Amino acid sequence: MSGAGDLIGKLRRASRRKQLTAIGLLSPALVLMLVAFVWPIVSLLTASVRAPDFAVAMPNLSAWLQTWDGRSMPDETAYKLVAEEFGAAMDAKNLAVASTRLNYEKGGLRSLAMKTGRRAKDLKPPYAEALVRVDAAWGEIETWRALKGASGVFTDRFLLQAVDLARQPDDSIGMVAPEQRVYVDRLGVTLTISIVVTLLAALIGYPMAYVMAMAGKTVGRVLFLLVLLPFWVSVLVRTAAWVVLLQKEGILNGAMLAVGLISEPKQLIFNRLGVYIAMVHVLLPFLVLPLYSVMKSIPRDHVRAAASLGAGPVSAFATVYFPQTIPGLGAGCLLVFILAIGFYITPALVGGSSDQMISGIISELALGTANWGLASALALLLLCCIAIIYPVFGRYAGATGLKLG
Amino acid sequence: MAVGGTPYSSAGHRCGAAAIRIIAGLGFVFMLVPILAIVPLSFNGVSYLSYPLRGLSWQWYGAVFAPTPWMPALWNSITIGLATTVLATAVGTSAAYGLAYAAFPGTRLVAALLISPMVVPIVITALAVYLAFAQFGLVQSFAGLVLAHTVLAVPFVVITVGATLHGFDRNMVRAAASLGAGPLTAFRTVTLPLTAPGVLAGAVFAFVTSFDDVVVALFLAGPQQFTVPRRMFNALRDKLDPSIIALAVFLTLVSVLLLGTVELLRWRTDRLRNRGQNGT
Repeated sequence: MSGAGDLIGKLRRASRRKQLTAIGLLSPALVLMLVAFVWPIVSLLTASVRAPDFAVAMPNLSAWLQTWDGRSMPDETAYKLVAEEFGAAMDAKNLAVASTRLNYEKGGLRSLAMKTGRRAKDLKPPYAEALVRVDAAWGEIETWRALKGASGVFTDRFLLQAVDLARQPDDSIGMVAPEQRVYVDRLGVTLTISIVVTLLAALIGYPMAYVMAMAGKTVGRVLFLLVLLPFWVSVLVRTAAWVVLLQKEGILNGAMLAVGLISEPKQLIFNRLGVYIAMVHVLLPFLVLPLYSVMKSIPRDHVRAAASLGAGPVSAFATVYFPQTIPGLGAGCLLVFILAIGFYITPALVGGSSDQMISGIISELALGTANWGLASALALLLLCCIAIIYPVFGRYAGATGLKLG
Repeated sequence: MAVGGTPYSSAGHRCGAAAIRIIAGLGFVFMLVPILAIVPLSFNGVSYLSYPLRGLSWQWYGAVFAPTPWMPALWNSITIGLATTVLATAVGTSAAYGLAYAAFPGTRLVAALLISPMVVPIVITALAVYLAFAQFGLVQSFAGLVLAHTVLAVPFVVITVGATLHGFDRNMVRAAASLGAGPLTAFRTVTLPLTAPGVLAGAVFAFVTSFDDVVVALFLAGPQQFTVPRRMFNALRDKLDPSIIALAVFLTLVSVLLLGTVELLRWRTDRLRNRGQNGT
């Protein structure tokens, strides 16, 4: 008896040791991912609701603004705090970030803040009159409401702005002015492009995978490599090739002019058509490869059996073959869609300004105007779209045993 | 279904089959043509990106391999790519072995975490890493770029090595142990040689991930770390000149070589595995 107990204990210890070894082997990758991926992503997403620049630079003024009701004009206490803290922020060199934060609340406040900061030292009481003399905007309640909007550490302004909403003066949520409604439109363009590209890829890719799966061993292998090769060629190289092929003085226009198909060059690139062509080209292998691996595993006897039982080719395909390819088709379509929705480089290089997708806008906001809050909010929006689709993809991908290349 | 004549000889079926073949054929042409069409243009005698060619010359390749601007970029791409390859292969291979070695609570979660950079749009990863690395002075640095590329490359290594280990026959390790080999000896003499092609293929994937990256370089690379794709992105936003096409053809050649390497390694994995199973 004690021998058996010993053995169980030994086995348990051995299995515990194995588990510890496994965790030890995994730990470098886990640490890397947590430090250089998970933490950055989490802090990026927090940046969509956390914008403390103004509150940090003007702590006392912010505290006062938080208690202000937003309806009556502020009294001398508040004007005194403005004079003190704008001057202090100027000295501490954080007036610039605070005024950028302020500018998101109301355009034009950056210059007001910087002007006030520069002249704060020279102001004498009563501060209310002195500040109005610096700029008449200090006498307007809208300015103060904007200040109140910027005074919190947390804000919903970027999340709302990402879907073209904003807080109204009475604190309710409403649509922004029509000329500022840009982001819902971009999301629409992103989804439209992704759906069209997915459908095109499925329409072209399904016959391709079918022919590959039905071909003999050697031909199948060659076709497989033909699909795999573009997959390995850099997206930039392929984009450059499409520009050469499709531009106004390019190969295709030249050929069509030469044979008299058209009388003047057609615009085939730097518009939506160019985006579709280049994106389908990049994403097609992601649809063909999983579909091919599924089709190859379907025994040919199945269709023959259906035919021997009297099914016509169309009904044999529809009732026997096609249903078996749905996992591969589903995995491929979802993969293409998920990848398409985050595309940036291709639309940026072969699209017009109206074809820019959410990723392009995020990059522009981040690298161009350093509006991290809004860039983060749009990133969150994009991730939400993917989070909705990803679990479905995971189910299909698990079923097909998706492999790389 | 009508009686008489097999369904496979009906005219409708032949039409359908022909349509499928035509669409598929056009698809294969579509995949390949843009890449092939630019090759002759890179030898064009004049600075004109259309047919017919006017004379042949190597001048555009000369421009690519001139001391500036592409050579420093190529050097950056190679050094950053190699550093990424070493890091990502070491970390990713270790993780793949760990995932295959023993199941423990949370294995699935860990696996999902390790491949998550593949799912997150690259712009989001680049922006997040940029903001996080800025706090440690890693923006516009070699180390920062390598670290970010490693994050992107690890999933490819984990998946490639994982696939090799998935088809790996555990009984061989048990056999080694029964013959008196310790875990390390068994790993060194049995597991490693049999999975080495998978690890090498993972390394190639890691290199390509870094070598082809534009977006992370757009955020993280300073002028000192400009890689080939980073410089090419700028060049493509200006007017296209034939030296870009020569560069594109050169990069395509590199891709073909790397693809060939991976295919060779895949073939070797299969062969090693079969030989192991046949006991020859």
